[in-house]
This record gives sequence, structure tokens and C-alpha cells, in this order.
Amino acid sequence: MKRLLLSLVALGLALTAPAMAQEEQSTAPYAYRQLDDPAKETKAQDLMESLRCLQCQGQSIADSDAPIAGSMRSLVRERIAAGEDPEAIRAWLIERYGDYVSYAPQLTGLTWPLFAVPVFLMLIAFLLLRRRFTGKTGDAK
Amino acid sequence: MMAEIGLAALWLAAALAGLQLVAGSLALTARGAALGGAVRPVAMVQGLLALLAFACLIYVFSVSDLSVKLVALNSHSMKPLVYKIAGTWGNHEGSMLLWVTVMGVAGGFVALVERRLPERTMLATLAGQSFVSLGFYAFLLFASNPFERLSPVPAEGNGLNPLLQDLGLAFHPPTLYLGYVGLSIAFSFAIGALITSEVGPAFARAMRPWVLGAWIFLTVGIAAGSYWAYYELGWGGWWFWDPVENASLMPWLAATALLHSCSVLASRNALRAWTVMLGVVAFSMSMIGTFLVRSGILTSVHAFAVDPQRGTFILALLAIYIGGALILFGLRASSVTEGERFALVSREGALVFNNVMLSAILGIVLFGTLYPLVAETFGAKVSVGPPYFNPMGALFAVPMLVVLAVGPLLRWRRDRFARVGKNLVIPAMLVAAAAIGLLVIGGVALLPFLGLALALGLAWASLLPLKGRNLRRTPLPIWGMVTAHFGIAVALFGMSSESAFSVEKLVAVKIGEVTQVGPWGVKLDTVEPVAGPNWTALEARLLVRYGADGKVTRMLPQSRSFWAPPQQTSESALLTRWNGQLYAVLGGEAPAVDDKDEAKSAAGSDQGRWQLRLWWKPFVPLIWLGGLLIALGGALALAGHVLADLRRTIARSKIAYRRERQGR
Repeated sequence: MKRLLLSLVALGLALTAPAMAQEEQSTAPYAYRQLDDPAKETKAQDLMESLRCLQCQGQSIADSDAPIAGSMRSLVRERIAAGEDPEAIRAWLIERYGDYVSYAPQLTGLTWPLFAVPVFLMLIAFLLLRRRFTGKTGDAK
Repeated sequence: MMAEIGLAALWLAAALAGLQLVAGSLALTARGAALGGAVRPVAMVQGLLALLAFACLIYVFSVSDLSVKLVALNSHSMKPLVYKIAGTWGNHEGSMLLWVTVMGVAGGFVALVERRLPERTMLATLAGQSFVSLGFYAFLLFASNPFERLSPVPAEGNGLNPLLQDLGLAFHPPTLYLGYVGLSIAFSFAIGALITSEVGPAFARAMRPWVLGAWIFLTVGIAAGSYWAYYELGWGGWWFWDPVENASLMPWLAATALLHSCSVLASRNALRAWTVMLGVVAFSMSMIGTFLVRSGILTSVHAFAVDPQRGTFILALLAIYIGGALILFGLRASSVTEGERFALVSREGALVFNNVMLSAILGIVLFGTLYPLVAETFGAKVSVGPPYFNPMGALFAVPMLVVLAVGPLLRWRRDRFARVGKNLVIPAMLVAAAAIGLLVIGGVALLPFLGLALALGLAWASLLPLKGRNLRRTPLPIWGMVTAHFGIAVALFGMSSESAFSVEKLVAVKIGEVTQVGPWGVKLDTVEPVAGPNWTALEARLLVRYGADGKVTRMLPQSRSFWAPPQQTSESALLTRWNGQLYAVLGGEAPAVDDKDEAKSAAGSDQGRWQLRLWWKPFVPLIWLGGLLIALGGALALAGHVLADLRRTIARSKIAYRRERQGR
């Protein structure tokens, strides 16, 4: 628990000091260290790949050397190691940093069009294909 | 001096584009018909002038003429020559100049060689091409002059982002631009055909080589960009669904659909309106991609709003061209009949299905890319990434891939599944076998599972169109189709395998320590400083061994420090085997470990520990090998069509010559 608090402090520091140079690597304990349990590491990896590095341009925290990405990786690994559910960690991060931090959009009042569009496209595709191949198709000689 | 020549050439080219537009449009009316003869020569000269302007820019970059603002901002006299030249298009102004140059040269080339279409359609096409060019000339001359001088002249330039100082990336943007701009020709043909209501097989045959050419360049460009991201960013990822990547993927999806509907139109005179529509959409996607990458809107919507001149300019161009083309389409679509009919189970039917699915995927990518920007203008920040794009894309990609296995076996117009069914027994069995095998292994996520299972069946099915053919007499376009479809299966297998079976290992090791990643044993032998022309680096020597008794091989990952501008990059080291790639990155010296038991085991000797990031990625090179096969397929088809056209032209001129002689 103490370690968790420490890493939270580190995360806070990293967030408040965005001017830190790119080359300074994170010193958080699990930034560059995997969990010993492969199953948990896989879980952590999956989650990290879907979280945005807030300091970088278009990179997940799993693909970045930025200090904040390292701190967040460490946070994710420690929480997973403590037995927390990945989605609970995601929810916690979203609560803190907003929807922006997660690459997996949640279905909310703001993001519903993202989920409506595929359904809409399916419908259009179905109608297009049906119109094309019913009725008059018979007389295609 | 060279800068001024370049600027003058650019102005002249712009003026000629204006002339081309006026002459081309007037020539379509009864009174201006006499102007028609001027259009083709003007188009050719315009292309040459644009080329001259671009050559001037390359020259000022290669001699590092720092009195030119663009050179001072983006180059450095200490840079290797090849990166000085690549720096020409590694920035906003230069890349836009490259854009108009390619557009001008392509337009001039069309004017020079294309004689199959009715002259009126050609005039409308060339006028349309110059109309599009004119907007981009205006953008260059008024909002992003590449030849602007700087006073006083600085002592040294700012340099080029070290991440971009890489051979792969140096030639990645021009490749994509050739693709983007090739689609502008398809767009102009579509406009020309709409204006003169000449949408038919001849139009499709004239347009097809351009679509194919553009599509080949886009394919190569996307594959190269993905490989660059893979080895240069140092984290082993090869596709991030980043807006910049999506900007290149969207025109590719549209061009792929266009390519297939173009084939239907050329051989069967069907899908007329749909092909014209896709011609408009494909180039629109190129422009949207350019807007996304070049306007700065991706960095932040707010940054865009603060300095909106360039972005607004491109946005206005987008509105004029896309809006204009769509209005034209709306007005003229009624004059374009749908063409020949066909049944659901037919080659055309399968191609229509593929078109609709590709368009749906395009819709998903477009919407997912633009939505965060739209949300941000309303003050909300959301991210849309792989967890959205992967499953939503697969929703349409999987049915498309299934149909891809069957479609090429079907006959035109009308067919029965029963006829082709027996050929598909082996592919279906391969899919089932792969699925069972994967279930036995277990732990494979749904999407890679589907990908791996489908890839094997698809690879087999893609070769079936060659069955029963005399391979020597098989036309090149058939070879092209088979190669490209086989490439899809190969790439799909690589992607799925990478995501299902990659092994990652992050370690801090001492010199001489051995670590294990997948089947590989990796020993850190030495870490030594090395120096390059504009960087210094720490280079690790890794001795790696596959399995217990494999040959020992060296790998040399570096951690580089550039000094102009100052930045650190990781140069990964890759070792390719037939069944995958070992990927090694040297991180920094390991930070002191605060974990107590860890500290004990290291016995306070943290000094000599180095961070290593290692991945074993089974079959990952197949992703890019597949990409290259797809492009190769396109090249074969292109060669086939061009050769056939040439043969036809030569035969026709021979006949004309004989008639003339007999007439005498």
C-alpha cells in the first residue's frame, strides 16, 4: 500500500511537471519492470496498450519513454499486482484525468455516436445490398 | 538566386494552371472550341515548371542555403547529404510543393499520352485537374511560400528531427504523396466524365492505370511507414490507429474499392455511378488526410484555432473541391445510368459486397478519426484508439475476407455456389484445422484467432484462380490479383501472429548476464560509446542464441543522442529468422531499484546494470512481406493493362497505316 501511495505521488509530480525533458526516464519501480506473474503481466499489458500517454502525441503508455508514461505503467502494474480489476483501474483513471486517458471509448452521452455509426453502416450496407439484388435482378438475362 | 528562380517558376506554373482551366472550360463551348488545342501543351509546360521549382528547392536544401527561411528552420549544414535532400519534403512548405509538383507532372503526363477518350472528356478532365492544382498553387504562394528569404542570415540551421533522420522515412512521404496525387487524376477523370456524361468502359480503362499506380504507391507507403514506426519508435508496435496513420489508410481503402469497381466498369460496363462516386471519394480522402496532417489540427484543436490561416485555407479548399464534386455528382448522376445488371452470386456481386464493406470500414476509420476533433471543439476530450478500431473494423473486414476467398472463382453476371463449392473444401478444412489447433493451444484472443484461422484458408483460396490455367498464358492482371490476394492472407497471418504470440521481456542486466525471451537466450556482452556524423551513442553488444544449440549471433542496439536538435532516440536492433523477429532495445542505465529484496540480490552493484527491452515476435515480418506482395500484385496488374493498351494502340496504328496505303 505504501508503494502505491509513493507511486501516486510520483504520478502527481510527473503530471505537474510537464516540462520535464523527454530523455529523463521514469524512475517509478515498475516502469521498466514486468510483473513476475505472467498472467497478471498480460492483463497489465492489455490495459496499458489502451491508455493514452497524456504528454505524448498519439502514443499509448505502453509505447512511450516519457516519464509520465513510465509512472502510469508502474501504477497499472502495481494495482494489477494488488489484484485489482483492469476495468476498475481504467474507471479510476478516467475519473481522475477524464475520458481522454482511455483509448477505449466508453458508451456515454458524449460518445454514443461512435457506437451508433457501425450499426448505422451495417444497416446502410444491408439496404444497399438488398436494393441491388432483389426485384429487378431476376431479369439480368 | 536559385530560390528566386524557383519562386518565379512556381508563379508561372500557377498562371499556366489558370490558363489551362480557362482554355479547357471554354473549349467545351461552341465558341471557344479553337482553344482546345492549347490545353494539352499548357498542361505539359505547367508540369515542367512545377518540377523546376521543386528542383530549385532541393538545390537550396542540398547546399544548405541558410538565407532561405525554410532551410534555416529545417536543415543543418552538418547533416548527411541524403537527409538534407530528404529535408526538402520533411516540412510543411516543401511537402506541399512536392504535392503540386507531382500533380502538375501527372497532369502533364496524362495530357501527353492519354488519347483513348473523346477529346471533350479529356479537355474537361484537364480543366478539372488544373482547377484542383490552382487551389494548391494559391495555398503555396499566399500561405506557405517555400522560397521565402531570411534576413539576417543565421549562422546555422535548426536541424531535422532525429526521428526523421532515417532512410525509410526519408522516402516514405514522397511515396505516399505519389499515391495521394495519383488519385487526383482519378478525380479529374471522374469530373471530366461527369461533365461530358461519358461514363463507360473506355473511361474506366483510362482511369484504371492511374488508380492502380496510386494504389501501389499508397500500399508501399503505408507498409514502409508502419515498418518505420515499428523499428524506429523502439516499442515494437507497428500500427497505432494514430490519426496520421489513418490519414494514409483512408485513401488506401477508398482506392482499393475504386480499383475493384473500376474493373467491373471496364470489363462489364456496370457500376457506373458508383465508380464515379468512389473516384470523388478517394481523392477527397487524400485531401482530408493532407488537411489532418498539415493543418496542425491534430496537435490540438486549440493550436489550430490560434493560428488558423493555413488550416482554414486547406479547409476552404476541401470544401470547394469535395463540395463542388458532390454537387456536380448530384446534378449529373441522373444522366449516368447504372449500367448492366447482374445476380447476387456473380463476380460482380462479390465485388459489390467487397466495395460496400471497404466503404463501411472507411466510414469507421473516418468517423473514429474525426470524432475526437469534433468533440474537442465542443470542449470535451475523448480518445479513440485500437480498442475501438480493431473490433469495429473487424465487423466488416471478416465478412469481406470470407467473400474474398470465393469471389474470384465466380463467373461474371450469374453463377451458382454449387459450381465453385468443391474448390473451397480444402480452404474450409484449413480454417477448421487452424481453429481447432488454436483452441488446443488456448489463450488466443478473438481477433487474432479469427485472423489466423482465416489467413490459412484465404492463402489457399487466393491461389485457386490459377487452377486449371496454363500458367504461361495466364494474363498478367490475373497473376496480379492472385499475388495481391495472397499478400492479404500473408499480412493477415503476420498481424494475427504478432498479436497472439509476441513475448515481451523488460530486464535490467549486468554485463555478462544472460536472460531468456521466448526461445532466445540473450547475453549482454559489452556497452560501449560510438559516434556518428551528428550523434553519439551507447551501443550494446548482445550475443543471442536461438534454442539451446543455435548459432551465436551479435545484435547492436544503440541509444543515440543527437545534438542538433538535442534529442535521444533508441535505435533498435532486429534479428530476422524465417519464423519471426527478435527485437532488442537498449534503454538507459538502470535506475537504482528501491525494492529491498531486489537491492539485496543486486548487492549494491546497481552501477553496471542496463535496461534492455526484448521482444520475440513470431512471423511479424510477414506483415510487411504481405504488404509488398499486395503492391507487387498491383504492379503486375498495371504492367498487364499498360502492355495490353500499348499492343492495342500499335495494332490500331498499323491498321490505319495499311488502310492509308491501300487507299492510295
